[in-house]
Amino acid sequence: MTDLALPRFPRLIDRIAGRLPTLPLDLALRRFVGSLADRHPSLFSRLGEHAGKRFLIEPTDLSFAFLLAPDPAMPRLEAVKRDASGTIPVAHDARIAGPLAALIGMVHGALDGDALFFSRDIVIEGDTEAVLALRNAVDDAEIDLPAEIAVMTGPAAGTVAAMLKAMRPLAERLTGVALGRPGETA
Amino acid sequence: MNAPLTKIRPELVCPAGTPAALRTAVEAGADAIYCGFRDETNARNFPGLNFDQRELEEGIRFAHQRGAKVLVAINTFPQAGRTPLWHEAVAKAEGAGADAVILADLGLVAHTTEKHPTLRRHLSVQAAAANPDAIRFWVETFGIRRVVLPRVLSVPEIAAINAEVACETEVFVFGGLCVMAEGRCSLSSHATGKSPNMTGVCSPPSHVVYAQDGDELVAKLGAYTIDRTPKGEAAPYPTLCKGRFSAGGTIGHVFEDPVSLDAVQLIPALVEAGVTAFKIEGRQRSRAYTQAVVAAFRKAVDDHMAGRPIAADMTRRLAEGQTTTAGAYKKTWR
Repeated sequence: MTDLALPRFPRLIDRIAGRLPTLPLDLALRRFVGSLADRHPSLFSRLGEHAGKRFLIEPTDLSFAFLLAPDPAMPRLEAVKRDASGTIPVAHDARIAGPLAALIGMVHGALDGDALFFSRDIVIEGDTEAVLALRNAVDDAEIDLPAEIAVMTGPAAGTVAAMLKAMRPLAERLTGVALGRPGETA
Repeated sequence: MNAPLTKIRPELVCPAGTPAALRTAVEAGADAIYCGFRDETNARNFPGLNFDQRELEEGIRFAHQRGAKVLVAINTFPQAGRTPLWHEAVAKAEGAGADAVILADLGLVAHTTEKHPTLRRHLSVQAAAANPDAIRFWVETFGIRRVVLPRVLSVPEIAAINAEVACETEVFVFGGLCVMAEGRCSLSSHATGKSPNMTGVCSPPSHVVYAQDGDELVAKLGAYTIDRTPKGEAAPYPTLCKGRFSAGGTIGHVFEDPVSLDAVQLIPALVEAGVTAFKIEGRQRSRAYTQAVVAAFRKAVDDHMAGRPIAADMTRRLAEGQTTTAGAYKKTWR
């Protein structure tokens, strides 16, 4: 179908991560999305009326998903674990599901969302207009996740950025996920 | 008129749905970018896309600093009682320093000619000007400098037009195909009440629903189920024209196959035919698409102009249905 061979997240790492409590991750995600709102206000303004929607972002190769509520006044991002049947038990307006590598690749502008849809690597359900608005807003924001994570650490940002840069090649080899924007060399 | 054809270096006109895509296209080698305002005045009025006045000004500054032009598409048909929105869009484009506006509506072209005489005017594909008489009318009456030709013409027909008209011509070389001819399609309007012609959206996402039914991906547009894509088959855009229907005892794509135009191998013939500009479709696509397609066509055009062969099949995975066609440029049905 596609000539893009999308890697799947390693099951062992996912299993270990899936057994950990979500609280530390939720705290980090809360801080992350707040920082994102401060640094990329146009990401939220581009969403317009869809900023009030709840987006379920579901990496199909992880044992948990992310629920995003991109209200500019109080943006929220939290982890939600799968139940015994493998579904994510949370109410949402729109769902975007696919391998983590596809979802992160879209965030980084490395992969095209339409091409991933044509090839059936990603699935969208629910409010299609909201999904499209989110996809377009994220694409315009030119997000680089390592840079965003480094900024969250405040005064240590420079050191953290250097550490993440050094770790990126190994992490990309282990997970198969593009952990930065194309052209941003590790 | 009837000027001899001369081989010119074609301008690569590239899409930008967002400011980030504009910067990406410029850096990937675009000679010109086309984009639109965040409202019903442009035919890609999708959520999360397009430019406000400040973003357009910044984008134009960025492009001009790097030697690229910016063309502003105001290519929908103004709605009665709401024409000031379209008039203001032309004024804002000129104020932002746009190199040209791309227009489709006769009234809006007349308004622009009268009120903004120094603003370069291109005729949108939506105007569907497909023969020398029609093009001459636009050029002689309204000073149109470039016509974007509808995707209904073969290469010999394009060459024949260029031999007879006194303006530049622009043709699509990559991206989505429309039911012919552009500007006259009412399929989306029939199903949803919204159309690219009037509101700037074909198959508005507010009316699109996808659902998984067993192994099939079901696409609905308004009240209509327009496709059931079996597992393992590439998914199309949710447009009626690319839908799969039962007719005459068979199930298939009644109007049009879900494929994209790719005329990269026709670059030499189109240059020979006297085309001034090559247009890439896809303002609704991502930066990844923009970067890949613009870079591929930049290389292809440069290779051809330098006498080198053009590489094939560079961008197939980005095409709708992951399949491409030379479309009407190589008509096999006549």
